[in-house]
Amino acid sequence: MAILVDNGTRLLVQGITGREGAFHTGRMLESGTNVVAGVTPGKGGQDYEGVPVFNTVEEAVGETGANASVIFVPPPFAADAIFESLDGGMSTVCCITEGIPVHDMMRVTDYLQTKDATLIGPNCPGVLSPEKANVSIMPRDIFTPGNVGVVSRSGTLTYQIVNELTQRGIGQSTAVGIGGDPIIGTNFIEILEKFEADPETGCVVMIGEIGGNAEQLAAEYVNKEMQTPVVAYIAGFTAPEGKTMGHAGAIVSGGESTAEAKSEALRRAGIRAATNPSEVAELVVEALR
Amino acid sequence: MAGVAGVWILDLYEYQGKELLRMHGVETLEGIVAETPEEARQAAERFGGTVAVKAQVLTGGRGKAGGIKVVKSPEEAESAADQILGMDIRGHTVRRVLVEAGADIQTEMYLSVTVDRAAKRPLILFSTEGGVEIEEVAESNPEAIVRLHIDPLLGLLPYQVRELTFSAGLEGDVAKGVGRVLRNLYRAFEELDASLVEINPLVVTGDGRVLALDAKVTIDNSSLYRHEDIAELHDVEAADPQEQRAQEVGLQYVKLDGDVGILGNGAGLVMSTLDVVAQAGGEPANFCDVGGGADAEKISTALDIVTSNEQVRSVLFNIFGGITRGDEVARGLLSAIERTGIDLPIVVRLDGTNAEEGRQILAENTPENVVTEETMLDAARRAVELARDGGR
Repeated sequence: MAILVDNGTRLLVQGITGREGAFHTGRMLESGTNVVAGVTPGKGGQDYEGVPVFNTVEEAVGETGANASVIFVPPPFAADAIFESLDGGMSTVCCITEGIPVHDMMRVTDYLQTKDATLIGPNCPGVLSPEKANVSIMPRDIFTPGNVGVVSRSGTLTYQIVNELTQRGIGQSTAVGIGGDPIIGTNFIEILEKFEADPETGCVVMIGEIGGNAEQLAAEYVNKEMQTPVVAYIAGFTAPEGKTMGHAGAIVSGGESTAEAKSEALRRAGIRAATNPSEVAELVVEALR
Repeated sequence: MAGVAGVWILDLYEYQGKELLRMHGVETLEGIVAETPEEARQAAERFGGTVAVKAQVLTGGRGKAGGIKVVKSPEEAESAADQILGMDIRGHTVRRVLVEAGADIQTEMYLSVTVDRAAKRPLILFSTEGGVEIEEVAESNPEAIVRLHIDPLLGLLPYQVRELTFSAGLEGDVAKGVGRVLRNLYRAFEELDASLVEINPLVVTGDGRVLALDAKVTIDNSSLYRHEDIAELHDVEAADPQEQRAQEVGLQYVKLDGDVGILGNGAGLVMSTLDVVAQAGGEPANFCDVGGGADAEKISTALDIVTSNEQVRSVLFNIFGGITRGDEVARGLLSAIERTGIDLPIVVRLDGTNAEEGRQILAENTPENVVTEETMLDAARRAVELARDGGR
């Protein structure tokens, strides 16, 4: 098993004919993902690498039975694309787009509550279940199938840590990049719930960063509800207050949102918290023992 | 809310925020922006009587720092402006003052609308205890703050306005006045794509008017494509020149105080690299994310920005290729070194997509000042050692 995406995923790519969309569709196909449709308004009837392109999500779903989507649409149109996916009945929507206005995302996440769907992102690397489905922009070569679930706010830091796991012979069930924006569709807790319910996941690695208090809320959940061991790493110990560190959401705006405070809260909740990426792999070995 | 312009938010000066709020129907005092003491005197002459001379800076605490003076004559306004202009408030130089007409203030309250990240909704905060930091009220007297989440699809509903004013114990004209400000402020929050609109204090005057005595407005940077007029308000002079240059070419750069220059791809990885350098006993000189698919041009500019900081003694270049390919990065780095003529020691760590090819390229053409390391940890240690040995 895996979470969110697997062999049953029938993927639709919104923005398939754009530069990013086209490039990553190729990579997702190479990974063996079942990409069944693409959507670009005005380009219906064409195809890309054998994948039929439609004008609307509704049409694409009717013709192909797509059940998950990945979005590469530019920021001004991305929220609309998410609404279209949600109304099209997708169970998993993965929005890669960076730079969507926060007010748009508040409206999207509000509407999301009325739907039986999971929105990952925006501004995220996507979701990958090794050798099952790649709904992401992550480099698949660093992954290997196994029983460690990975959930992260950051892209390249996830690669760094997955790579260290793979090099030690530790495989992954699913890796989820939830995104670095202030407002995201799915937070740590919802992903942790899914990993907890997945019999194939024996340990979860949670990668956080400065800003907000999502990691503290996750720590409470882990402490109260989870049997599966969790290893965590928070980046940004050296980040000064008031400076955004790359991700829009990564800004220390008070004592609670520092890496120090977060790691402390995690440890109090009984979570193994690493101080650097290499230590994560060591702690996972320990947790799996 | 910290007052430094970041990636997420565009901070506006009080006078700019007030102008935007006035356009949405929020009443303020009459004010004139002055850049010289002479202009401040003229403004005070126009208003007559008591005026306030207020430093315009993108940081809080200006009152305590002596950046606000209430004076009784144009001459006093001139000398107050003379003292305030050029003043340094928490690292910000005052280049303008706002001269405002005086007012007969009866009560001071607090009102704001902000984005609650955890709830994913707008949050209204109101308190009848204004004029002090809301964080202080939250600690000393949490019951004095009314909190109200708004459904972003429905907007602010009339009953919510009543709920807020009644639960704060307001009555009559004051309740009506505050309600009107709230409706207008929420509309401003929505229409401006703001991440924060804050009025502290919101005052009731002797003649019963409810107005914004101060205003703090920050705008979501991602929305600026649909607010060209606001985008123009971005104060280039207030930003660090190198941070400004980085922003123009699409790099994320934040200057810090150490001597190990750092470049990498991806915000999380770069943040983590800073941490590992600190753990190795070094001090990072900056945060610099070159982003995905870094080409020679971008790497040159990034290297140039990082090394333009005089304190930098060694550079750590940490790349984990996903979309970014190792061979491209290696070529980019070599041409960047050639172009910029940098002779500082540079430690390179390449991993991920096409890392092998990248290392090969570097091994064949290594300039004297470039060393490669296999892991992030080793690379950090090496960079710290080299910085300690003196660098340049």
